Amino acid sequence: MTTEILTAHAEGDESSTDVFGFWLYIMSDCILFSCLFATFIVLRHNTFGGVGMREITNLPYVFKETLFLLASSFTFGMAILSMYKNHQSRVIGWLIVTFLLGLSFVTMEVNEFANLISEGHGPQTSGAMSAFFTLVGTHGLHVSLGLFWMLVLIIQTAIFKLNPTIRRRLTYLGLFWAFLDIVWIFVFTIVYLMGVA
Amino acid sequence: MSESTTNELVTRNKQGVKTLTSYIIGLVLSLLLTVTAFTIVGRHMMTTEHLYIYVMLLAIIQLFVQIVCFLRLNASPEGRWELMPFIFAVVIVLVLVTGSIWIMLNLNYHMMH
Repeated sequence: MTTEILTAHAEGDESSTDVFGFWLYIMSDCILFSCLFATFIVLRHNTFGGVGMREITNLPYVFKETLFLLASSFTFGMAILSMYKNHQSRVIGWLIVTFLLGLSFVTMEVNEFANLISEGHGPQTSGAMSAFFTLVGTHGLHVSLGLFWMLVLIIQTAIFKLNPTIRRRLTYLGLFWAFLDIVWIFVFTIVYLMGVA
Repeated sequence: MSESTTNELVTRNKQGVKTLTSYIIGLVLSLLLTVTAFTIVGRHMMTTEHLYIYVMLLAIIQLFVQIVCFLRLNASPEGRWELMPFIFAVVIVLVLVTGSIWIMLNLNYHMMH
């Protein structure tokens, strides 16, 4: 009887335990980002005679990037809602919209980096630029990996339909994506807004 | 049997409407907070020190808006499992960031004086 209860418990709780595990990963990722933020805040004035945050920040450009990421966070929420309602085609549709918004964000960021490097303000120029590229680049890398993951899930949803495994994977990616948007709030506030203030 | 299925459907539908409302509230609040932050900095509406404090406050408010509305973190018995590691992470982040700033500013001060 005890075994029966244990098995039932394990089966019922399996997915929530898994989601908890993924949540722990996200929390440790938070700590990784906080180290990069601390480094950036300490080094941000060490420009070694080169350009600082004030010179390289283009506020309207950053604002557009922010809107893309915020919108993608919302559309992912819509995909999760469609998943609850078992609308497979809508899930795929919203995921594609989210993917395109996320891709626009990454493209804008890569463009910004490419411009900086071509103007001679690469990460090797000063402590401030190294910290800037590391912090913003790590966030961009997370978003890029999230996009790749989303592409895989779009294909998997189309092939395997909305089975429990796919649902769980979509939930993980949803947590990851919302987390990346939250990190971005602090990137635009600390790096860009405080840079020009 | 059929009654319980209908009930379940109704509950699920209500849950869906509730989630949708919370996503929309989250989106609108985040947009407002973001626009406010960019506007006060873009127009230089106050001194640098004040701007630092206000944009940081706006960011922290937006953090909570997104955590509650998008991540749906809550203090219910099931949600508490997610809440506790979150509080732990927040404590570590605060110690790390404020500790680094404190030590390095102190070091700068003693190098200059």
